Amino acid sequence: MEYLIGIQGPDFVLVAADNVAASSIIQMKHDYDKMFKLSEKILLLCVGEAGDTVQFAEYIQKNVQLYKMRNGYELSPTAAANFTRKNLADYLRSRTPYHVNLLLAGYDEAEGPGLFYMDYLSSLAKAPFAAHGYGAFLTLSILDRYYRPDLSRDDAVDLLKKCVEELSKRFILNLPSFTVRLIDKDGIHDMEKLTLSGEMSGFWFWF
Amino acid sequence: MALEDLCHFRDIFQEDITTERFSMPFELKEAGLSFTNNRNLLHFYIPEVEYLDESPIQFGQINLMQSASAISSQESPSAFPLPTNLPFTSSQTVPLPFPMAHGTTTLAFMFQGGVLAAADTRSSCSGLVACPASQKILPIHSHLVGTTSGTSADCMLWKRILARELRLYQLRHSRRLSTRGAAKLLSHMLHPFKGTELCVAATLCGWDGGELEDECHDHEESAGTTKTQKPDLGMTVGPSQGSSFTPQDSSRKARLSGPRLFYVCSDGTRLEGMLFSVGSGSPYAYSILDQGVRWGLTVEEATSVAREAVYRATHRDAYSGNFVDVFHITSKGWTRRKREDLKEEYYREKERQRLERKTQHDILRANTSSRHKPS
Repeated sequence: MEYLIGIQGPDFVLVAADNVAASSIIQMKHDYDKMFKLSEKILLLCVGEAGDTVQFAEYIQKNVQLYKMRNGYELSPTAAANFTRKNLADYLRSRTPYHVNLLLAGYDEAEGPGLFYMDYLSSLAKAPFAAHGYGAFLTLSILDRYYRPDLSRDDAVDLLKKCVEELSKRFILNLPSFTVRLIDKDGIHDMEKLTLSGEMSGFWFWF
Repeated sequence: MALEDLCHFRDIFQEDITTERFSMPFELKEAGLSFTNNRNLLHFYIPEVEYLDESPIQFGQINLMQSASAISSQESPSAFPLPTNLPFTSSQTVPLPFPMAHGTTTLAFMFQGGVLAAADTRSSCSGLVACPASQKILPIHSHLVGTTSGTSADCMLWKRILARELRLYQLRHSRRLSTRGAAKLLSHMLHPFKGTELCVAATLCGWDGGELEDECHDHEESAGTTKTQKPDLGMTVGPSQGSSFTPQDSSRKARLSGPRLFYVCSDGTRLEGMLFSVGSGSPYAYSILDQGVRWGLTVEEATSVAREAVYRATHRDAYSGNFVDVFHITSKGWTRRKREDLKEEYYREKERQRLERKTQHDILRANTSSRHKPS
């Protein structure tokens, strides 16, 4: 139902998520933002069971910010990803596991860009590209075919558009629009929303 | 606490035993969370397995062995690992005393004149109408109203708990908690019950802003409340602020005031939006609302769209019906429209259709007879 995708380039990470907040067969919101800003250069994309997503993501978000307040510097994407995975693993064998699938994308001065794939069984993998949701079945092979490690930003956006077109063509569910963001050394940049008709809608606001 | 008073938990749990939240509950007489008297906001009693075995209504015959085996089997991973601490969600071991009510049509939307909330009034109990004149829109305080959907008893209880907590917040902090804060508070209060039979799907319709106190906020913060109460002011977690409002704060306040609409569900969903409809009749209502609701509606137009949506939903949905309530929230508070019988609306519409058909028929006859006039 929900869809997340991330593509890492040589000095940036491009991420996109759909905008639908659904409750059984009804779309309750068309402009729901599934990305959570952990720090100036780290984004957490979170999908999964209804309440778990926001609860878990906000918990991680506040803890990462608390780390910054206590220690004066921000967690690196690798550290944040491992912290997230540790929390997922701790809750996994408790009585209230969190059923969430995550993508963590960030840029670090030392390590460069990083994209981390995590799922509800608390697995963690650093990947050049990744996707979550039923849409992943349709788009991972496109990413396999066309991805190159030295993608430019425009190439990455084109690759993303190819994936979204394939979804609109073959996916039975209606995902009309996608929020797109790019992370590089200058921070998080909001890009134009991708809509189903293929035109880019111009407006967007960050919370 | 309201829950404990209702369900007589004091005799089961001792006050001084505290354990980790996720400890194995094989031993009886272990409290889930420390029950202290400090009226901590989020220290609600969290149901342990033993509580659910000893249903206060004493209808079920669940034995502890069964629940213990349910716990030990929780390690088996499934595609959707639900919190398995609660026998209600697994194979039906406790027959419910009576079938729970879930059918309703409620809706709420924002427009230039504030927030409008409308709901039907039928309380159904799996096939029969338990009450044709129940109230599904409950005022929480002067500027906040909540529509309820799901189990009527749960909704009523949790609305009252929310009203109590908001009032306490207002007394402690000399200002009303914003609608966003109230939504977050309700969502966090319902979180421990995720996976149980508790079913509350509410839309909180409120108007923020209003009294702007200049007093300082240097109250002692009870632990765990800062997360829920502070974010709407944008303050960070830290030592209590002793200063009064700066001009920056007042401009932020102006931005934050106005109508607000939030949807909160017991499964954890919390959404902010301009239009929500909840309940078994909600798909029918959505289709009317999506066509008729715009920001620039007048109050009369908005009321008529809301009424129409509820009427159409009650027409199609078996679990909605009887009357329609409409509440309107503005900066001055909420006002309630007189409850209207939808049966009358149905007959009025039938009458209108009959008249339309009659006039069309007359026109047709007039045309044909004029054509046949001998020249």
